Amino acid sequence: MRRTAKGIAVLASTTLALALAACGGEDKKTEEQPKADPAALKAELTWWDTSDPKNEGPAFQELIAKFNQTYPNVKINYQSVPFGEAQNKFKTAAQAKTGAPDILRAEVAWVPEFASLGHLYALDGSELLADESDFLETPLASNKYDGKTYGVPQVTDTLSLMYNKELLTKAGISTPPKTWAELKTAAQTIKQKTDAEGLYVNPAGYFMLPFMYGEGGDLVDVQSKKITVSSDQNVAGLKIAKDLIDSGAAAKPSANDSYGTMMTLFKEKKVAMIINGPWEVNNVKSAPTFGGLENLGIAPVPGGSAKAGGPVGGHNYTIWSGMPQEKVDAAVAFVKFMSSAESQAFLSEKLGLLPTRKSAYNLDAVKNNPIVAAYQPAVEAAIGRPWIPEAGQFFGPLDQMATEVLIQNKDPKAALDTVAKKYKAEVVTSYGL
Amino acid sequence: MRTVTAEPAPASAPSGRRSAPPSRLRRSWDKHWYAWAMVLPVVIVLAVLIFYPLFRGVWLSLTNLTEANQVAEICTRSITGSEVCKDNPNKWEFVGLDNYVNVLSGNVGQFWQWTGITLIWTVGCVVFHYGLGLGLAVMLNRPMWGRGLYRVLLVLPWAVPAFVSAFAWKFIFNERFGLANSVLSSLGIDPVDWFSNQWTSLFTAIVTNIWLGVPFMMVALLGGMQTIPGELYEAAEIDGASPWQRFRNITLPGLRSVSMTVILLGTIWTFNMFPIIFLVTEGQPAGETEILVTGAFRAAFEGIRNYSLASTYGVLILSILLVFSVFYRRVLRKQGEVW
Repeated sequence: MRRTAKGIAVLASTTLALALAACGGEDKKTEEQPKADPAALKAELTWWDTSDPKNEGPAFQELIAKFNQTYPNVKINYQSVPFGEAQNKFKTAAQAKTGAPDILRAEVAWVPEFASLGHLYALDGSELLADESDFLETPLASNKYDGKTYGVPQVTDTLSLMYNKELLTKAGISTPPKTWAELKTAAQTIKQKTDAEGLYVNPAGYFMLPFMYGEGGDLVDVQSKKITVSSDQNVAGLKIAKDLIDSGAAAKPSANDSYGTMMTLFKEKKVAMIINGPWEVNNVKSAPTFGGLENLGIAPVPGGSAKAGGPVGGHNYTIWSGMPQEKVDAAVAFVKFMSSAESQAFLSEKLGLLPTRKSAYNLDAVKNNPIVAAYQPAVEAAIGRPWIPEAGQFFGPLDQMATEVLIQNKDPKAALDTVAKKYKAEVVTSYGL
Repeated sequence: MRTVTAEPAPASAPSGRRSAPPSRLRRSWDKHWYAWAMVLPVVIVLAVLIFYPLFRGVWLSLTNLTEANQVAEICTRSITGSEVCKDNPNKWEFVGLDNYVNVLSGNVGQFWQWTGITLIWTVGCVVFHYGLGLGLAVMLNRPMWGRGLYRVLLVLPWAVPAFVSAFAWKFIFNERFGLANSVLSSLGIDPVDWFSNQWTSLFTAIVTNIWLGVPFMMVALLGGMQTIPGELYEAAEIDGASPWQRFRNITLPGLRSVSMTVILLGTIWTFNMFPIIFLVTEGQPAGETEILVTGAFRAAFEGIRNYSLASTYGVLILSILLVFSVFYRRVLRKQGEVW
């Protein structure tokens, strides 16, 4: 099975090489044209942006305006599509072969899925990947499927410990906790000494990953095709999370809307620490009740007995395979502009987003950015996820499990066993338990 | 599949008999051709709009068709202009009753739990819809000051889009910031974690749906009441019947045909009421308030979409409702109702 896949991949890449060799001359011409005269490039492109329309969207629109200064005749139809809906909406449209956007900001886990369905252009051999080595490895890895690359990393992120500096100081805590045990005592101290709660743990699958990784666990082992979600390490990790709530260190989470509750409480200074990612920095910064960036502390997620690390997240630029060939030049130019080191630096200056290009980290706007500096160690410690088409489906059962364990007091081992069974029955049926 | 094969069976029966009396069929055609011609458009429309999708759904439920295996070959376009196609190694195929076995055995999804919750949800909602609707209709069926205003106000929930009401009620029941808990605290009662418990969570959804569904019942029953002749009440009053006796012996029997219809409709609507559960409780906690339609939706459409599984749930839900309707009609017929 795997051998045939490999054979096909080899065959495919040979065909690709031959095709490249055959039309090499033509390629060069199309590549050179836009460089010579950007105004000659004329096209209309639709871009689905899945970032938060209020916090992040305006910065992306500013970037588009900048792009149009160089390419006045490439019209970008900017469409803000809610993150939660974009995946299904794109798949429906791509399948119907009509109505899908030319360019999509896709979450890292979506790319292998869309690629396996044939919905994306493979970008190998284009200008976009000419300097592939400049991209950070972990975010780039999410774009690879079956030997080809289907996207360009836009932004990378990971979970971190975000805290309210004022509240921590009030409780006499000078350095943010580095382990779960330290976190527990810190949270309890805060609860005693201030009128805020110490911590809020969001009962969702993604937010349980730092606890599982901390003990050395993971969801599946792609190499040996094994479902490892019900391992002892994961059970130990969940027990730590559960203990935080049971001991009163963390607030009692609600089952519905818990993410929104977490953010509201944090912004209103009613909770001192949360575990969340850089995408919320702008939201916290602009909250009138919080006290701005000066009050926001960022530290890597606390560690368990094995290591400290959050899951790698982020987004990629992808191009829909149904886009007509004549728009390719314009789409390439657009994605190239948006993913350039300068554009990434602009976004980190505006929003505190983490660049995916190594060279961007040398630019002043990034180097001197306190948010990027704070997140950099967290991103370096972040743990890559299994980049398989089914990876997006791992989270449904995990979310349910998190609610069962953290809110309904179900035994972690039993809950994880149910997840493993579901993975086997519905998600990765070819894997072993 | 069985239904598909069952379909041509009646058609083949007359064709088998055709060899014996060919002239009879011919004569019938000559005599009734205009009837057939008149019915034809309806038959075609029904076939296209109802029977084709229905049978296709049944057929899909016997395959393992999903989004990922629906095409025979997957083509990957390269930005450099080439296109590579390869056979889909997991192309969809006929799998017989596998889907039904998986669903009914609980291997995939939680069919039985969802069915149980659906029944509680449906009965709970319909009982309160009907009861409150009847009460309000009785109240509004007499001359009183400001009757027109009350009627408008009571129909209001129906005029608000369901999802708007759903969000409003979801916020009312928010554990930390909602109105419900602040009212409870001001009365000195501990706030309730509404969505952390299966039953309180289901309660929030039922309350929302009652709010939404009562106006319809009220309007329908009010209409029914106004068809009952006033002389009956007058005669009963002269005979010395108490208000309760009048209600039991005149109003209720007079409303029977309306009631039976609205209860059947209400049951089917509530059974398939997707947005309230989906938006208010979101199935929380941990999927325990999922009803059949929302659970089936999540199982079949989250992640890589599973069309065959979706059809399987569709067929199962349809079967449950069919059984219910047939049973219900039989009960009605026993009571002498020709519906």
